Amino acid sequence: MRFLRPHTWAEALGAKAEFPDALPLMGGTDVMVDVNFGRARPNALLDLTAIPELRTWAPDGDALRVGAGVTYARLVSELADRLPALAAASRTVGSPQIRNRGTAGGNLGSASPAGDAHPPLLAGGAEVELESVRGARRVAVEEFFAGPKRSVLEPDELIAGFRARPATGPQYFAKVGTRNAMVIAVCSFALALRPGEGVGTGIGSAGPTPLRAYAAEEFLAGELADRWEKRDALPGPVIGEFAELVAGAARPIDDVRGTADYRAHVLRVLARRTLTWAWADHCEGGAGCA
Amino acid sequence: MDVPSKGTAGGAQRTAARPPARTDVTVSVNGAVERIKVDNRASLLDVLRERLGLTGAKKGCDHGQCGACTVLLDGRRVNACLILAVTVDQAEVVTVEGLTDGTRLHPLQAAFIERDAFQCGYCTPGQLCSAVGMLAEAAKGRASAVTADLADDAPVLDEAEIRERMSGNLCRCGAYPNIVAAIGEVAG
Repeated sequence: MRFLRPHTWAEALGAKAEFPDALPLMGGTDVMVDVNFGRARPNALLDLTAIPELRTWAPDGDALRVGAGVTYARLVSELADRLPALAAASRTVGSPQIRNRGTAGGNLGSASPAGDAHPPLLAGGAEVELESVRGARRVAVEEFFAGPKRSVLEPDELIAGFRARPATGPQYFAKVGTRNAMVIAVCSFALALRPGEGVGTGIGSAGPTPLRAYAAEEFLAGELADRWEKRDALPGPVIGEFAELVAGAARPIDDVRGTADYRAHVLRVLARRTLTWAWADHCEGGAGCA
Repeated sequence: MDVPSKGTAGGAQRTAARPPARTDVTVSVNGAVERIKVDNRASLLDVLRERLGLTGAKKGCDHGQCGACTVLLDGRRVNACLILAVTVDQAEVVTVEGLTDGTRLHPLQAAFIERDAFQCGYCTPGQLCSAVGMLAEAAKGRASAVTADLADDAPVLDEAEIRERMSGNLCRCGAYPNIVAAIGEVAG
C-alpha cells in the first residue's frame, strides 16, 4: 500500500490527481475500522493530517469557513456559539477519544446516512467545498450525498471544508441510540430556527442519505411568519403537523438498529422535542444552546 | 511531499511497480525517540505492542469501541488502534508505561489501586491514559454532553460528568463505580 503524506493543500490535490484511487485519511476513525478488519484494502492512502490549512476556520463574508481537518473536539470548544447544532452533535460523536481525531470533513467524506454531523449541516444550510487540480466548487450539503456512503465527490477531488452561516436563532440536535457513546444513531434530527427568515431541518439514519424535510420546513416557516415577533406559544396541532411532515420526509428501512416504523416514530418525537425547545428559547429571546 | 519512489526508472511502468510497503518514522514514545521502519498498514497499537514491546495498551476490539488501547498522542487521548502508525512521524506518544517516573505511581494509578478500580485489569491501562487526557481536557474548561452551563470554564467533575467523559472506555468486569470514585478522588 502506497502512503502519501502531502504537506500542503496544493501537493494534496496533485497527489489525488495522480492517484485517484488513494483513500483520503483525516482522523482515521472510519477508515481504520475498515483497514483493520480487511474490509478496505486501498492501493494508496492519502494522509491529510500534515496540511495546516485544513485545520483552520475563519469568518468569510457572512459565513464561517471551516476546514475539513477541524476535529469534533474543536467544533465543540471553539464554535458552539456560532454553530450550536453542529457543536451539540459533535459532543455526541463516538467517544472523547474519537472526537479528538474525527472531523466533520471526514464525516462528509464517508457520507454515511448515519453521520452525526450531517443533520446539523443540512439544517444550517451549509455548503461543502470540493477542490481538485481542475478547480474548486461548492455544493449544497443536500446535493452532496448521492446514496449510502456515496457522494458527488469526483475521483480527483478532495473535501476542503464547509461553509455555514452562524446561527441567527436557536438550533438543536437530538438522536436516539442504545447508549450515548460509541453507537451509531438509530435516528437523528437537527432543527435550526432563523427568526424572520425560515427554518432548516436535517434527518439522519432514516433514508439512503441524510435528508432535509422540505415540506416540514415550508409548513413551519409559514406558521412562524407572523409569530417571530409575537413570540407566543405554538399551538399543539402546529407542532404535531410539523412532526408528521418530518416523519413523512424520511425513507427509513428495517435494519439491526431499528425498524422503519420505530424510526418514523422516533422522528416524530425528536421533531416535536427540538421544536418545543427551540421555540421556548426564541420566546425567551435567548440564542438557544443545545 | 513524501511520495515514495516509484520503483522503476522513470516511473514508466508505474502500474507494474510495487510501491514501498514500509516507511521510516521518528516518534517519541514515553520520552524516548524511536526511529523505526513501519508497515504502511500497521496501526499505532500494533507497532507499540509488537515492535516496541509496550504491551500496556491492549487490543480489545480493534475498532475504537472499547478504549482499551487509549494512549496520549501529542497530549490528547486517542484510540491507538485507529491511528495509522506511519502518520505519527514527529509526534509524541505516551502509553501507560510512561505515566510513572519509574519509582512513583501516577496519582491516578495510586487511586485505582487504593479504590480497587479494576478486577481483571485488561481495560485499566486504557482507563488510566483516558483519565489523564480527560483531566487535562477538563482543566482547559472543555464542556461535555452533560455539562449544563457551556460557558462554565471550570466544569465540576461530579459522577455524571466523569461517567460521560469516560464513556469511551468499557470495563467488562463492571468496575465502573470504583473507577469513577478513583478518578473523582484525583479530580478533587
